[in-house]
Amino acid sequence: MIRDVVVLGSGPAGLTAAVYSARANLHPLVVEGEPSSTSDQPGGQLMLTTEVENYPGFAQGILGPELMERFRAQALRFGAEFLTARATAVDLSHRPFGIWTSATAAAGQAAPEVEARTLIVATGARSLMLGIPGEDRLFGHGVSTCATCDGFFFRGQEIAVVGGGDSALEEALFLSRFATKVTVVHRRKELRASKIMQDRAFANDKIAFRWDTVVTEVLGDGKLRGLAVRNVTTGEEAELAVSGLFVAIGHEPNTSLFAGQLELLDNGYIKTHDGTRTSVEGVLACGDVQDDAYRQAVTAAGSGCMAAIDAERFLEAHGGP
Amino acid sequence: MGSRMTTLSDATFDEHVQGADTPVLVDFWAEWCGPCKLISPVLEEIAEEQSGKIQVAKVNIDENLDVTRRYEVMSIPTLILFKEGEAVARIVGARGKAQLLQEISAYL
Repeated sequence: MIRDVVVLGSGPAGLTAAVYSARANLHPLVVEGEPSSTSDQPGGQLMLTTEVENYPGFAQGILGPELMERFRAQALRFGAEFLTARATAVDLSHRPFGIWTSATAAAGQAAPEVEARTLIVATGARSLMLGIPGEDRLFGHGVSTCATCDGFFFRGQEIAVVGGGDSALEEALFLSRFATKVTVVHRRKELRASKIMQDRAFANDKIAFRWDTVVTEVLGDGKLRGLAVRNVTTGEEAELAVSGLFVAIGHEPNTSLFAGQLELLDNGYIKTHDGTRTSVEGVLACGDVQDDAYRQAVTAAGSGCMAAIDAERFLEAHGGP
Repeated sequence: MGSRMTTLSDATFDEHVQGADTPVLVDFWAEWCGPCKLISPVLEEIAEEQSGKIQVAKVNIDENLDVTRRYEVMSIPTLILFKEGEAVARIVGARGKAQLLQEISAYL
């Protein structure tokens, strides 16, 4: 089946692209991803956040998952279709583009699941893990990728959050509702987070900071019992006794699917020009997958709108939908 | 629409899991857990399609701390597969349907 518009990804960028292209009668198919406990899931990174306070229009704030539910409902209302699967391969060498998904693979099918006259790439970015010994082994036994899911289990305990940006402080503040002490471990001596988040974290007496420090190993047998840490200026090594570890050290774009087919920047993000155009005509990119500067829900949504308009114009210039 | 998933509690857990004539996949979840909500329809489908081969049950961890502690659940969703009352497999974190089925298929 050949579609006018296929959207890969279902965060703010992908769903805004779906709303706009559905309202333009382009009947978009959204390949929305599969359930997971990382940000790589339908709805994207906001599914793991609590209160979103800076999305315009929500004066009292809104929960991340609820905001994404509303985005999705709005896209459905105008006729967007959803496929709950992960894109596993694309062929961008000729139009229509071929897209294979985890659903295709499960059915043992060789032909692409769907073909697209225009493809909107909104696959976003995923959280980086530390990649240190013990991290995988103790996943689910003290190491967590989802503070909103697992904060509950650390009631009355001491835990650590690694990172120095807004996400790290948001997690630390959220977790301070449960834990008796949250130590923010950061490799520099100042935070990258916004002023308002810093003020809140510094004012919270359950939150402590360990500056110039990196975690070198996650310790524990069946269960996390501490972290091996090293001060990067003095070289001094120590053990931090905590029973939980939450990692918020940044993101990398989900672009491995497009390697060798779309031009990428050195840092792995998709290179765009003239709005959301990529190096392949008819392929548009929006949201965090092409944004290494702003990475906000509202900028992602804005670029999703641009991608839908760019797709519509491309279709018009190439003989109409 | 009726659910094929059984709701278990601290009080009913042992009897149900030990007395089942098929393996039981137990979903430890909570209302406030986003990924738990995402896999709920996946588990419904598995319960429906694998009916007779496997039962699917859920435990609300907020209300059933005894079972939750006994199985050392520290992250949700956690799925534990019980066969003849014994925990034989444990899956931490949400998954898509195909991968979930693949991970439990060896025990069915």
